[in-house]
Amino acid sequence: MENFLASLFTFQGFAFYLFSFLTVILFWITVMSNNVLYAMTSLASGMVLISGFFFILGADFLGVVQLIVYVGAVMALYSFAMMFFDATREIKEKNTNGAVVFVLGGLSALMLVLMFAAPIHSESIQALYPMHEGVGNAQDVGIVLFTKYLIPFEVAAVMLLVAMIAGIILAGKKMDQSLTEMMDEDAGEDEILKQKDEK
Amino acid sequence: METTTLIEQLPEVTAAGVAIKAILILAIISAVAGFGTYLERKVLAFMQRRLGPTHVGPYGLLQIAADGIKLFTKEDIVPQHANALIFKVAPVITAATAFIALAGVPVFPDFTIPEFIPVLGGTFVPSIASDVNVGILFVIGMMAAGLYGPLLAGMAQANKWGIIGAARTAIQFLSYEVVTGLSLLAPIMLVGSLSLIDFNEAQSGGFTSWFIWQQPVAFVLFLIAGFAETNRTPFDLLEHEAEVISGYATEYSGMRWGMFFIGEYANMITISILAAVVFLGGYNDFGFIAGWIMILFKVAFFFFLMLWVRAAWPHVRPDQLMWLCWKVLMPIAVINVVVTGIVMMV
Repeated sequence: MENFLASLFTFQGFAFYLFSFLTVILFWITVMSNNVLYAMTSLASGMVLISGFFFILGADFLGVVQLIVYVGAVMALYSFAMMFFDATREIKEKNTNGAVVFVLGGLSALMLVLMFAAPIHSESIQALYPMHEGVGNAQDVGIVLFTKYLIPFEVAAVMLLVAMIAGIILAGKKMDQSLTEMMDEDAGEDEILKQKDEK
Repeated sequence: METTTLIEQLPEVTAAGVAIKAILILAIISAVAGFGTYLERKVLAFMQRRLGPTHVGPYGLLQIAADGIKLFTKEDIVPQHANALIFKVAPVITAATAFIALAGVPVFPDFTIPEFIPVLGGTFVPSIASDVNVGILFVIGMMAAGLYGPLLAGMAQANKWGIIGAARTAIQFLSYEVVTGLSLLAPIMLVGSLSLIDFNEAQSGGFTSWFIWQQPVAFVLFLIAGFAETNRTPFDLLEHEAEVISGYATEYSGMRWGMFFIGEYANMITISILAAVVFLGGYNDFGFIAGWIMILFKVAFFFFLMLWVRAAWPHVRPDQLMWLCWKVLMPIAVINVVVTGIVMMV
């Protein structure tokens, strides 16, 4: 308890506990809220706050990457929410069956116990690739990414490529027709109407 | 290497110095944003052979005060079916992220408060409030987060124009963000660092060492993406009056609307500073002109350029923006990065 209080009143400790508290609360709202707007907003702010942990640990580059990547990713998620839901109303959720909730809840509880118990073995955890003094964050990340983690990195790249190609194929059935040109020729509306009629 | 020794000689940055800097940025940029509206109206008016504001004060100068009084005293309305909490948070996000982004760029020269002033005497006030060594990414990321302001505002206000404004925010963000990142990547490769100070150092060799000569393509791409990032004409789709009333800001009034406004002007200044530091030699001395005057000139030039473009160019449609960003600018940016890489390797 004294340790906790002592760490709370240092700058890093205070920032850590503040960020953790806010992150947990925000993600709790993400899961529990019936309102799309609240859920999405708390998800976005939680993701932004996680970058705070990277900044506390001195990993500026990772922090900023976390910020940029998730700001963009959650923004894309918003656009789906915008298409499917009325953002100002609450959504009636279907209650899934109890067994699934039980298993998932149990697994989450187990994860929490493991996470809180992990510091017991903190002595046996060593940093395999510690930061180099005088080398920037970005360089360190690059060195590790292109040596030790090259294969996962390449696999991730291939997976993203596959996802991109699949996305283009799914969405691009009418890629050869330009909406702009169709509007310029003033034929766009007719064609869209015709397609609707056919359906 | 004179400049590096200069930097080592600078006094230590204290928390008090950073706090003073933060207050200075807040106060001065807010005031400049107010004055910017006057300048914008005057410049636009002269370009379109009008007079602009003339009635309040000499040359209409007190128009700023009149606008301020109007903003502060206007009734604050929250629409009936709106999500009140998000509706109120949204403008704060825009204003706050705009000023957080300003913390990462050099604004005004550094100075030491004279000793005769009580309490704060002798405090060193730095040029950059928070000198993170990934400055350029931090600023871009923070400005990207600022787009949540219009997005949430549009979605929370239970208004069809607002929803369209929010949807346009999302597509605009997803379009220009790639171009911004890729266009900045080429100069980042040349410098080999993400720190804005390193960018400044790399261009300290005078006029010919400016990156605009080595990276003209990246400069133009960054400028176009910057216009989209700050919602300036020709890319001000979010609040395009003729199409969507006022887009995301339709239901806003009073100071909440004012916060969007200040955020937009602060973003304009941030983008101007970023363009000046990355491509136009930053705050290096230029002949006999001191560096801090030079960067003021450069920022003023970019600010003027934004007004000039607004007076000269029509809006584009959302689909035209997406077409431009994804099919034209992004391939050019990728080719630019590849060519830069080949030139550096050979």
